[in-house]
Amino acid sequence: MTQPFRTPSGGRIRRDQPIRFTFDGRPYDGHAGDTLASALLANGVHLVGRSFKYHRPRGILCAGSEEPNALVTIDKGDGRVTPNLRATTVALYQGLTARSQNAWPSIRFDLGAIAGFLAPLLAAGFYYKTFMWPAAFWRRLYEPAIRAAAGLGWAPASPDPDRYLHRYAHCDVLVIGAGPAGLAAAAAAAARGDRVILCDEQAEPGGSLLARPDMRIDGRPVLDWIAAAGMGVTVLPRTTAFGWYPGNMVCLAERVTDHLARPNPNLPRERLWLVRASRVVIATGAIERPSVFPGNDRPGIMLVGAAATYLHRYGVLPGRRIVVATSHDSAWFTAFALAAAGATIAAILDQRDAVDPALREQARAAGIPVHSGARITGTGGRRRVRFVRTDKTPGRIRCDTVLMSDGWTPSVQLFSQSRGILRFDPASGTFLPGQSAARERSAGACNGTFDLAACLAEGHGAGGGDPRTFDVTSEPKFGAPVPPRPGQPHGKAFVDFQNDVTTKDLAIATSEGFRAIEHVKRYTTAGMATDQGKTGNLNTLAAVAALTGRSIPEIGLTTFRPPYTPVTFGTFAGAARGDLFDPIRRTPIDDQDAVFEDVGTWQRARYFPRPGETMRQAVARECRAVRNDLGLFDASTLGKIEVVGPDSAEFLNRMYTGDFARLEPGRCKYGLLLGEDGFIRDDGVIARLAPDRFHVTTTTGGAAGVLHHMEDYLQTEFPSLRVWLTSTTEQWAVIALQGPRAAAALAPLLDDIDLATMPHMSVREGRFAGVPARLCRVSFTGEPGFEINLPATFARSAWDLLRETGATRYGTETMHVLRAEKGFVIVGQETDGTVIPDDLGLNRTIARGKADFVGKRSLARPDMGREDRKQLVGLLTADPAVVLEEGAQLTTTGTVSLGHVTSAYHSATLGRSIALALLSGGRSRIGTTLRVPLPEGVVAVTVTDPVFYDRTGDRMTGALILSDGRPARAQGVTGDITPHQPPCPARPCAEVELAMAPATGKFSVRTREQLAPVLRAVTRDSHTVLWLGPDEYLVTGDEPPRIAADSIVDVSHRTVAFRVHGPRAGWCLNAFCALDLDDLPGNGCTRTLFGKAEIVLWRRGDAEFHIETARSFAPYVWALLEEARREFLPPSAAC
Amino acid sequence: MLLIPCPWCGPRPENEFRHGGEAHVIRPADPGSVTDTEWADFLYHRTNPKGVHAERWRHSHGCGRFFNCVRDTVTDRIVSTYKPGESRPE
Repeated sequence: MTQPFRTPSGGRIRRDQPIRFTFDGRPYDGHAGDTLASALLANGVHLVGRSFKYHRPRGILCAGSEEPNALVTIDKGDGRVTPNLRATTVALYQGLTARSQNAWPSIRFDLGAIAGFLAPLLAAGFYYKTFMWPAAFWRRLYEPAIRAAAGLGWAPASPDPDRYLHRYAHCDVLVIGAGPAGLAAAAAAAARGDRVILCDEQAEPGGSLLARPDMRIDGRPVLDWIAAAGMGVTVLPRTTAFGWYPGNMVCLAERVTDHLARPNPNLPRERLWLVRASRVVIATGAIERPSVFPGNDRPGIMLVGAAATYLHRYGVLPGRRIVVATSHDSAWFTAFALAAAGATIAAILDQRDAVDPALREQARAAGIPVHSGARITGTGGRRRVRFVRTDKTPGRIRCDTVLMSDGWTPSVQLFSQSRGILRFDPASGTFLPGQSAARERSAGACNGTFDLAACLAEGHGAGGGDPRTFDVTSEPKFGAPVPPRPGQPHGKAFVDFQNDVTTKDLAIATSEGFRAIEHVKRYTTAGMATDQGKTGNLNTLAAVAALTGRSIPEIGLTTFRPPYTPVTFGTFAGAARGDLFDPIRRTPIDDQDAVFEDVGTWQRARYFPRPGETMRQAVARECRAVRNDLGLFDASTLGKIEVVGPDSAEFLNRMYTGDFARLEPGRCKYGLLLGEDGFIRDDGVIARLAPDRFHVTTTTGGAAGVLHHMEDYLQTEFPSLRVWLTSTTEQWAVIALQGPRAAAALAPLLDDIDLATMPHMSVREGRFAGVPARLCRVSFTGEPGFEINLPATFARSAWDLLRETGATRYGTETMHVLRAEKGFVIVGQETDGTVIPDDLGLNRTIARGKADFVGKRSLARPDMGREDRKQLVGLLTADPAVVLEEGAQLTTTGTVSLGHVTSAYHSATLGRSIALALLSGGRSRIGTTLRVPLPEGVVAVTVTDPVFYDRTGDRMTGALILSDGRPARAQGVTGDITPHQPPCPARPCAEVELAMAPATGKFSVRTREQLAPVLRAVTRDSHTVLWLGPDEYLVTGDEPPRIAADSIVDVSHRTVAFRVHGPRAGWCLNAFCALDLDDLPGNGCTRTLFGKAEIVLWRRGDAEFHIETARSFAPYVWALLEEARREFLPPSAAC
Repeated sequence: MLLIPCPWCGPRPENEFRHGGEAHVIRPADPGSVTDTEWADFLYHRTNPKGVHAERWRHSHGCGRFFNCVRDTVTDRIVSTYKPGESRPE
């Protein structure tokens, strides 16, 4: 037996399972069921850390998460290093490796302890006073030195190799804390048939009951009663409720694998539970208060209740010769128990003059000396307490352990976070839950109820049970209410152990005029850091009250904020790391020969380098190809909105600056969209397909925002208009074919569209190589060209087909250069939210005679007509080789900014650099010279018109060349297009199966007729109809539905569908979906969010779900589903 | 995370919604006829109360509908939600 302080029997440890672990490199033995703290104590190790400021030796004060001293670093290897863990909450496992912190070279001999001698210089606020002069030292000496000295453990240097998951959960009753009150509440709620979640930060439910293994509740052994109380309840051990958020959402951190030596790598290390509870029962218990006396921080000094826990739960004696210093009865029972277990109780010091004679008698019988009206006035011992001094004879008492208690502080943190109002209870001198703000009840010690039978009855009532009493066998009291004491303001009497704050520091702070408790906290740091003053706050309050001659309620509490205990960054991040941080959206074409760039969440082809080419060379080649021959561009990310209904033209007239009532079907028009403030929001080409149907395009980044903006006006300002909007961004892939040879290359591939009938800015619907297409003759390059809209599924094949025409692929960089040569603006690049149409020379887009459109009134504000507004101009550098920097400032003298460069490129077409800029009074400055300061020096530029190339526009608007003389089909064009699907291979898993659902026709149907009940799917004829909104349905089936509807838009290619089924399907969905799936019974359906992706979720059965998600989000959604179900895979399953 | 009762879909998590600013701000029927001051009032001036506030939300990742919501800006308690066109409940 190498554990000299382990009792021969008793406790909840498993004595048949020995565990070997190391602390600071030295091996020790413990047992399964131990915490690191209990195992160290069993080996007689009390010195486990050095304090934050003075590097004083520190031991284990507590037995729970409130521990301020015993912070250790746990190293699991492979970069799994976690600092600042409380040894009292670290479960022991085979091979555990722990290190002490804040000590060098060793914990026994720590050079940092020199700070203790400098203590007079390091009092409260010393760093505000000491490191003031000279200022030159701030950055080079003071800050680096303080940073090096600050903190406790070292942050790990390598990326966190572990996985983390979130989980949304819903319940009728969430019970926080599985002590007697919490267990009674959970059992009562479960008996009513409620969905109950019971969480507790310890490894097993029971709380303080676990330290009383011999007692009986309602005639049953207590362990049986605990097990029975958890029946029908979702019990989450090792799970801390750390934060309360609006709408009764409580966040829990579940430590899934930290207690395991070799966990299944497919398990998450920690899981963040976001629990939405109809009601919450707070049963978080109470935390014992240390006594405040000089030298109250030496190793070997711990709380009485902690010693009781170590004895009863872990079979550990904290020492051989123990002094108990208390002010209430419960500590006496712990003293008796320790004496019975073999320890010598050197003395019981009770601050009270009057003590229950029965206790005195029991102590006398046990041979324990008792001193009433006595308190400790000092302690001695270097690395462990060796004696205490008292203000009563014999004055100095030899010991190796001091147990102290100044009463109990109810844990009201979560109640306070719920915005409940605390009330001060004069009898106990503590704050208790007062008026509630959320749907919660506090029960047990956290509510000021300490008697066990009363705790059980209160918990039972809070859980919803009818009033009843509990029969408990007589047991020592948990702890009587005792008001906190101010402590002794001399010597190093610590009120906050973790921050090394003494009563002296509080005296300094108050003498310097800090009276508000929040100010005292900030000046002294009392109540900060990882323990947030769990043991120290009330002692701090009592001391400040005494120092300033006020009462505790007058002073009030500092604010309780989440998290209650430290939570790892990984837990907060969950799966949202790396490739899963955001959806990575790829177009249906996604030609991997390109170099890609991020555009919002899209990956866009930036340029297509040939081997050995630089970006500039590639872009120059691509530009020349478009200008002189033929270019091929993937424009699929453009936002698309189908506007349908008899009032469509009127609606667009009200939204856009132009006149769409007079736009003929078959024609396109440039649209400029303003906010009500008159500033440009978005732009795009709008094609009129029919009198009541428009194909509206938006910028890539603006797609969702434009639809939201339009819906806003349609639903709330113009609800009488008969118009319906459908996003078709992902339905249509777009391939731009631009250049002099565009028409000739395209014509042979069209089945039923005659290009000769297509003027610039026209649209035709027809077939491209056998596939339905919308063909627009538009140009963003200045060359004649087309944008071919194709159902997304066919886009990649079409792209490959078009490459056979000899077209040169080009990317966004080339597109930017070409449009800048033409002076075409990009919203978001030439605009910044303060730009009106006139600033860009786009007043011609504003239809005359329209009474109103969004933004029109603002354009009439006087400020919009000022001559010094920034206007779009071109810039030519004096040195044609110099390319300006976007964002560079424009000046005349070098001191006042007149504007800035918005776009700057090297133009291969012009053989020189060009730039666009917004310049104050720009149009009147054309021809003048300005100075542009760049890092390399000041560059001279000439202000020009923003159109650099083909000012008349004849190239793009002129007659098309319909044949280039090459025989059409001889180029290898077959006109054969095959569908292209995103590959998503599924791995088998019995718990959750994933599969692609077969493709089918899908139609967005808008009608006031009720096609399906709210939030339900129904089968009508050969179609499935999913309710999505009060006038919106998703209809699936092979053929378009033959129903009278206001709007039917084919969206068959917009989404991809997955099938998720198996017993754990719902569990997996709730890893990323915040819905209560119990609200979604069979055939329930709704749009919702899955991670950051919008989905349509359709529950086809108890354990079967159907998910529709936009094509570009499908790989992301699939990856999230794989991530969620990974924990059900065996360790051998690679991922 | 707020739990917001959509008038069509019932209580749903906040991340499905998008905030739409103060409710019952009336766009002038004929913007051309209002003064600059009146237009600025409509455009920029909001009540921003501490306490009960009528505001617009859109169930953008749900049914897509705009609606009005009375929320206490101090406690985040949602007093009621109602469809556009309906008057603010007392």
